[in-house]
Amino acid sequence: MSVRRLAPPEQQPKDFAFSRANLEWAQAQVKKYPEGRQQSAVIPLLWRAQEQAGGWLPEAAIRHVADFLGLAHIRALEVATFYTMFNLEPVGKFHVQLCGTTPCRLRGADDLEKLCKKKIGEQGHVTEDGKFSWVEVECLGACVNAPMVQINADYYEDLTKESFNQILDALAAGKKPKPGPQVKRQLSAPAGGPTTLVADVPAAKKSSATSSKSKPKSN
Amino acid sequence: MLDDKDRIFRNLYGFHDWGLKGARERGAWDGTKAILERGRDAIVNEVKNSGLRGRGGAGFPTGLKWSFMPKQSDGRPHYLVINADESEPGTCKDREIMRNDPHLLVEGCLIAACAMGVNTGYIYVRGEFIRERERLQAAVDEAYEARLIGKNNVNGWDFDLYVHHGAGAYICGEETALLESLEGKKGQPRLKPPFPANVGLYGCPTTVNNVESIAVVPDIMRRGAAWFAGIGRPNNTGTKLFCISGHVEKPCNVEEAMGIPLRELLEKHAGGVRGGWDNLLAVIPGGSSMPLIPAGPDQCDTLLMDFDGCRDKKSALGTAAVIVMDKSTDIVRAMTRIAYFYRHESCGQCTPCREGVGWMWRVLTRMAEGRAQKKEIDMLMQVTQQIEGHTICAFGDGAAWPVQGLLRHFRPEIERRIDEYTAQADELGVRDPAPLDAQAAE
Repeated sequence: MSVRRLAPPEQQPKDFAFSRANLEWAQAQVKKYPEGRQQSAVIPLLWRAQEQAGGWLPEAAIRHVADFLGLAHIRALEVATFYTMFNLEPVGKFHVQLCGTTPCRLRGADDLEKLCKKKIGEQGHVTEDGKFSWVEVECLGACVNAPMVQINADYYEDLTKESFNQILDALAAGKKPKPGPQVKRQLSAPAGGPTTLVADVPAAKKSSATSSKSKPKSN
Repeated sequence: MLDDKDRIFRNLYGFHDWGLKGARERGAWDGTKAILERGRDAIVNEVKNSGLRGRGGAGFPTGLKWSFMPKQSDGRPHYLVINADESEPGTCKDREIMRNDPHLLVEGCLIAACAMGVNTGYIYVRGEFIRERERLQAAVDEAYEARLIGKNNVNGWDFDLYVHHGAGAYICGEETALLESLEGKKGQPRLKPPFPANVGLYGCPTTVNNVESIAVVPDIMRRGAAWFAGIGRPNNTGTKLFCISGHVEKPCNVEEAMGIPLRELLEKHAGGVRGGWDNLLAVIPGGSSMPLIPAGPDQCDTLLMDFDGCRDKKSALGTAAVIVMDKSTDIVRAMTRIAYFYRHESCGQCTPCREGVGWMWRVLTRMAEGRAQKKEIDMLMQVTQQIEGHTICAFGDGAAWPVQGLLRHFRPEIERRIDEYTAQADELGVRDPAPLDAQAAE
C-alpha cells in the first residue's frame, strides 16, 4: 500500500477552476451515469483537472471537482490519494513512468533506471528547466514489448539504453519521437514478422502502422 | 498448431484497419440481429455449450455466470461491466483487442447484454491505456453512428455502452473493487455475498466479464458452440491469447489453441528460450499471481497450457501470460520484485494482506542477499499461509502464491545464499551491512 500525501502548502496554487471547454466536457461526462450517481465521474474529472493543471493535482483542483459533483471534499481527496496516477506534486513537462515490474526487469529495465537517474535525477525530482521528471511504476501492461516507459500519454516500447537516450534527447529538443516499439517490429507481433495469420498480412503494410479514417473523439 | 481460419483475433497485430469497415470485412457485426433474435436462453446455452471459461484469470464458466443474472427485472436495471483493467504483470492481451479489434468487443457487449437483459454497459479501462481508450471510444462512436448500438438500433436490442477509466490501481481488476471504483470510490473490494449478480453496480444486478471473454462471444455465436468446444481439451476449450514475455528470443502475443504444450508455444511463436530449451530456469505460466513452474521433465517439459494442465503442476493458467526466465535470472530477486509489486498494490483494507505483503517483501529482500536465517524460510511459508484465504478478495492469495512457488522449488538456492553469506562472516560474526556502511561513511 502506498502512502501518498498532498504537496506542501507553499507549492499549492490558491485556486483552480475548470476552463470553459473542460467544464462543458465535465457536464457531458456526468450524463454517462444514472441520475444521482454523478460521483462515478470523479476519476475522469480529476484526470482532466490534472491535465489542465499541468500534469499534477493541486488541492484546489480536488476541491473544485468535489464541489462540481456535489461531494464532500474528503470523498474526492480519498480518491485522489488512493489512485497512483494522480500526481500530487508537480512533475516535469515530460513525465516518464518507468515500468519496473519483473517482466521489464528481466529484459533490462535496470539500464533504463540508471539512465533516468543520470539524466533526470532521483525519482520525483523535476529537472531545473522543468522538462523532465521520472517515477518507477508497476506493470504498465506491455510486457511482450519490455522494457518500456510511458511518457505522458504514450508508450515507448522495446527500449535499449541507447534508444531511450535518443527519445529523451528528442523530447528535450522539442521533437516528437514516434511512440510504440523502438525496434523493427509490428506492435506485439514477434520481431521479424508474425508466425500466424501470415497470409493475411499485406505486403505493403508489413512495417507500417494501422490506419483508419475515423478519428477518436473526446471521451 | 491452430489453423489460421480458426483464429478469432484476425487483426491481433494491427496490420489492418481497426475501424468498422475493416472489422466488417473480417466478419464482425455479421448477422448480429439474427443472433439476438434467437433469444436470451439460446445465447446463454450456446455460450455454456462452448465451454468458454473466463479469460480474466479465475476461469469461471462464462455461460454459467450469465445464468446467475435474474431472469425478470424487479424494477432495478441490470448492468454489464467489462473489466479492461488489465494490470497483471505479464499480461498484455486485452490491450491488443482494444486497439486492434475493438469492434469484436463492442459486438460481444451487445450480445452479452441481450443475453442478460441489460440495457447499459460500462467498459472500465485501466488509466494508463490512454491511447487504447481513445481507440475504443472511437469504435463505440462508430457503432453508435451506424446505429449498431444505442436506442432503437438496427439489431433490435436497446443498449448503451460507455467507456470509463481508472487511474492506476491494480486492485481495480478485482470485480467488486472495480465496481466501487466505477461508483467513484476508492477501489476496495466488497465482501461477498451478496454477489454482483444480485447486488452489483449501484446496488443493481451486474455481471463483470473480462475483455477477451466477451470479444470471443460473437464468433462462438456465429460459428457455433461445437466449433469452439472442438478446440483444446474438454473443460479447457477454445482459443486463447498467450502473452509470451521475458527471456525468449522474440517476445510476442499469439492466439493459440488451449492445451498447447509450453515448449511448442515458445518455440513456434517466440523463437524459443534464449540460449535453447536447456537454458530454461522457470516459467510463470499465468501472470505474476501464479506460482512458478521450474524447468524439468515433470515440470515445464510436459506442461500443457490450459487450466487443468497448469493445475497438474500446482500452478494455474491465470491470464495465460507466460513469463519465461532463463538460467541467468536471479530468481530470488525476480520474485522479490513481484512481492514488491503486491506490497505497492495492496489496497490496505485487510490486515493480513496490508501487513503481510510488506513483511514478505522485506524478508525476501534479505534472502536475495543471503542475509537471513534458514528457519526464516519456514516462517515465511507460514506467513504466506496466514495471508492466503484470510482476506476479503483473492489479492492476498495472488500475493502469497508466487512466494510459495519460490519456496517450493528454489529452497536450495535460498539456503545456498544464506550459507554463502554466513561463510563471509568476520571475526565479530556480523555481516549486517548497515553498521558496516555507517563505519565506511565515517
